[in-house]
Amino acid sequence: MKCEEVSKELVEHLNQRADSAQRRELEEHLAGCTACRKRAEELRGIWNVMDELPAIEPSFGFDARVRQRVAAEPRRRWFELFVPQPRLALSIGLLIALMVLVVKLPLKNPGTAVTTTATQQEDFNAIKNLGVLENYDVVTKMDVLSELTPVATESDQSPQSGTASND
Amino acid sequence: MLDVKAGDDSSFDFLLRKYRSPLVNFLNRMVRDSSTAEDLAQEVFLRVYRARKQYTPSAKFTTWLFRIATNVALNSVRDTRHRKMEVSIDAPTGDEDSRPMELRAREKRIDQHLEERDRIETIRRAILALPEKQRAAVLLHKYEEMDYAEIARVLDCSQSALKSLLFRAYENLRVQLAPLVAQPVEHRAGEGRPS
Repeated sequence: MKCEEVSKELVEHLNQRADSAQRRELEEHLAGCTACRKRAEELRGIWNVMDELPAIEPSFGFDARVRQRVAAEPRRRWFELFVPQPRLALSIGLLIALMVLVVKLPLKNPGTAVTTTATQQEDFNAIKNLGVLENYDVVTKMDVLSELTPVATESDQSPQSGTASND
Repeated sequence: MLDVKAGDDSSFDFLLRKYRSPLVNFLNRMVRDSSTAEDLAQEVFLRVYRARKQYTPSAKFTTWLFRIATNVALNSVRDTRHRKMEVSIDAPTGDEDSRPMELRAREKRIDQHLEERDRIETIRRAILALPEKQRAAVLLHKYEEMDYAEIARVLDCSQSALKSLLFRAYENLRVQLAPLVAQPVEHRAGEGRPS
């Protein structure tokens, strides 16, 4: 044990709370270290001097005043047993609100609705052109294929498709 | 405390009788003034009563009680500090522990009595000069005889932090109280003062 550690351990040693192994280690160090022994004696002196501070007794009416204040406290009425505690009520309320929000959120999101409508329109166009695409004679004629380009949805119109139609 | 929680008022009376004295003493040493200490002790018991339904026996009752008491005391000390910044620490308090000493004083020489009062005042002043958290730690360690684990729970800090806190506190006290250690009571009695 080093002297620095001993300085801190000495305080714990003062009220005899240190465990026996720790105490033995400390006493071994003190037996061989004059500086720490002197410090221990000083601390013991402080500890004993502090015992001189007298204790006081509470005044005569102390208990009565406490009881009076306790009696003045509002008592819970029987029906309040069924009223939930404010924190609990708030937590449950927030939880319900969160659940409703999570359930309702996908239906209320306008971005999702637009995407769904756009996808349906693309599917409809594909089905509408299915007869043309399945006709072998038509497919083999490349000129006819170029006519399919304007049929694509507005969202699919891009510079690339424009270039293809020009070609 | 579990009986109090269950609504047994006589158990609250038991707690009141058992803990009023250590609580008033702890608060008196924290705030310097015995009437304020009594007011604060009443406040602590009231808070215990109000919180009885939320009490869970996860720690010792005394730990819980002194945690409330420490918070109440620290709040009071901080509030009064703002109001009494101009009051010197050397000012006489006028509220000394004269009651238990009065009886003994009749049997002692006046100079001895005065000297004893001076020593008590020096000790009290040294404790009050400590920063609030150090003061609470020392009082719980010295006068309530709590172990490190309990004090750490009361002060809501780690045990290693408490160890440093107590080390600094006793170092401060060592400097302040060194003259009293060098001149113990027994030796002063026969110092050849004129009788």
